[in-house]
Amino acid sequence: MSSQRIPGWINYAVVPLANILMAFFVSALVFVYVGVDPIDAAKVMWEGAFGYSEGWGYTLYYATGFIFTGLAVSIAFHCQLFNIGGEGQAYFAGLGVALVSLYLGDVLPFWLMMPLLIIAAGLFGAGWAFIPAYLQAKRGSHIVITTIMFNFIAASIMAYFLVEVLKPPMSMAPESAVFPVSSWIPKMHDFLGAFGYEMTATPLNLTFIFGLICAVLVWFFLWNTRWGYEIRAQGFNPSAAKYAGIDPIKITLLTMAVSGMLAGFFALNTLSGDMHQLKLNYVAGFGFTGIAVSLMGRNHPVGIVLASILFGFLYQGGAELAFEFPGIDSKIIVVLQGLIILFSGALEYMFKPSIEKLYLKATGWRADKEEAQNA
Amino acid sequence: MLDFWFSWVILPLDSMMRLSTPLVLLALAGMFSERSGVVNIALEGKLLAAAFASASAAAVTGSAWIGLLAAIATTIMVAMLHGFATITHKGDQIVSGMAINILVAGITVILGRLWFNQGGQTPNLRGDARFQGIDFPGAAWIQENVPFVGSVYGEILSGHSVMLYLAYLMVPISWYVLFHTRFGLRLRAVGENPAAVDTAGISVVAMRYKALVVCGILAGFAGTYLAIGGNTAQFMPNMSAGKGYIALAALIFGKWRPVQAMMGCFLFGLLEAYAIRLQGVEIMGIGTVPVQFIEMVPYVLTVVLLAGFIGRANPPKSVGVPYSKERE
Repeated sequence: MSSQRIPGWINYAVVPLANILMAFFVSALVFVYVGVDPIDAAKVMWEGAFGYSEGWGYTLYYATGFIFTGLAVSIAFHCQLFNIGGEGQAYFAGLGVALVSLYLGDVLPFWLMMPLLIIAAGLFGAGWAFIPAYLQAKRGSHIVITTIMFNFIAASIMAYFLVEVLKPPMSMAPESAVFPVSSWIPKMHDFLGAFGYEMTATPLNLTFIFGLICAVLVWFFLWNTRWGYEIRAQGFNPSAAKYAGIDPIKITLLTMAVSGMLAGFFALNTLSGDMHQLKLNYVAGFGFTGIAVSLMGRNHPVGIVLASILFGFLYQGGAELAFEFPGIDSKIIVVLQGLIILFSGALEYMFKPSIEKLYLKATGWRADKEEAQNA
Repeated sequence: MLDFWFSWVILPLDSMMRLSTPLVLLALAGMFSERSGVVNIALEGKLLAAAFASASAAAVTGSAWIGLLAAIATTIMVAMLHGFATITHKGDQIVSGMAINILVAGITVILGRLWFNQGGQTPNLRGDARFQGIDFPGAAWIQENVPFVGSVYGEILSGHSVMLYLAYLMVPISWYVLFHTRFGLRLRAVGENPAAVDTAGISVVAMRYKALVVCGILAGFAGTYLAIGGNTAQFMPNMSAGKGYIALAALIFGKWRPVQAMMGCFLFGLLEAYAIRLQGVEIMGIGTVPVQFIEMVPYVLTVVLLAGFIGRANPPKSVGVPYSKERE
């Protein structure tokens, strides 16, 4: 097919939109089957997520988490690496955040704690991604399988730390002690309150701003630095990149370390920003959702921020939905998430040929007409 | 001594048999799929879907066998979805697998709540709605009267449901099909060098779909065992609990071969059995063994094996690569 005649916006806007609409359409069928009018459901979700300031706060709080896990998946995608281990990397980063908060939080002031927490989260996340990256680069083991296994290994290690090491002696629940206040990232409502803006108390915290900064930095890194160029070059054509003198081992390690670091930042939002203690399974699937976010955002930071807000909306709206319709489980959001991954990821190319054909037909018809007029 | 033998050797081996059963079936399911060149990280989702289908159908009809049929039909459908995305539309096999796993985890809970209104669980089954244990002739007598060896027959081999025996029967059958039939030869060829198979006039697409049907059937058995064939008699949300990934690990551990994969499943099943057995048990001189470390051994072993530190696990050459006829 003459791909030159297909403009970019077909590929970047129309095809993804068709895929997402398809996902929403199938979810609407699920809603109908469950006995809920999809329009009503959408209204409830919209009200719950954007209708009042508390809803907004929760939506953006969830979105912050998705920005990190989504960026993590996308940067690996740019290097043709599939980092399915965001879940484990974020979980393991929680250990770094917890250790720094618990052991240094009483000693160090707030302004020293913040950079330390960022470093700890990034380092632990990157470290957990580095081992699979090393095994892929040096030993040729498949990164998908290794990162899956590392998710489970992280779960076991974290369970051990929570039950045997970090749990306060008198407590029964597998949770760490509450972090000292100097390691808490300020909530958005407190921060804005200091400047005289009133906002309802929500878990939304300053990590949201950090997330946006990270999105800008990822964009700059990938498209405006030498390393970013090398990552994309290797992802685009590994043998050409190698021929051009790009070291595949170095680039694989670099990509995965950055990817793991971004996934690790998830711990800042959830632990330092809201929970203030390490809990069992605190990542709760957000690492896996990062795959959907990244696919939906077409691996571009702008798209990922938008997709994150959409997923934040789905999570917050979904919680509201389960509250409003007692028959519905909030798991319905999981179904929608699965459908989005299916249609905008696995079935990415299903509509592409027919949409392209349709476009060519439409423009071809116009071209014929113009020709006729000119003659 | 006899007591120790019974509680530390016989009982763990008995649980190993049960715990390994779904793993063996799933590993075989994954083997057919991956040998044909289709990566299958959707085993987890297939297991969960089959468990839900079998428990639901058995609860409604009261027949465990109808449950099995429903499970097989469901997993074949799931496998066809995977095939439609990855074979017909050449989508990414890992993304498709992830989508299926997430989709199934959600939809089983939604439907379970809608149909049975028990928070996502299905009703507890009795009688013919589940597969009952079969006692071998004279099992109780032999176990009582023959020391040591008697309990091997009476406890480990006897007393399981027909599903467990079917599962282990699948191992030699799969081995025969894969290595001694024309279908098996073509299947392996499609996974290694699809272009050559195509040149020989065999449809790569059809072979891969067939492999996925076989995969679906085996996964249907696995889910049925999990929900109504073993110690449980109902579906519970997320009851697959990572077993699909463990089976994948066992498959790699067994280097994509049926008997070796079964050995991998036995190893992982035994580790799980001991992890359960050792929970909170004080051992003289060591104290309690952190169960978490036993639980993580299968994953660590798989990583080490994949990295080639002990032996080498080479996947089928064309696994994960969608096949297109036109050359670029």
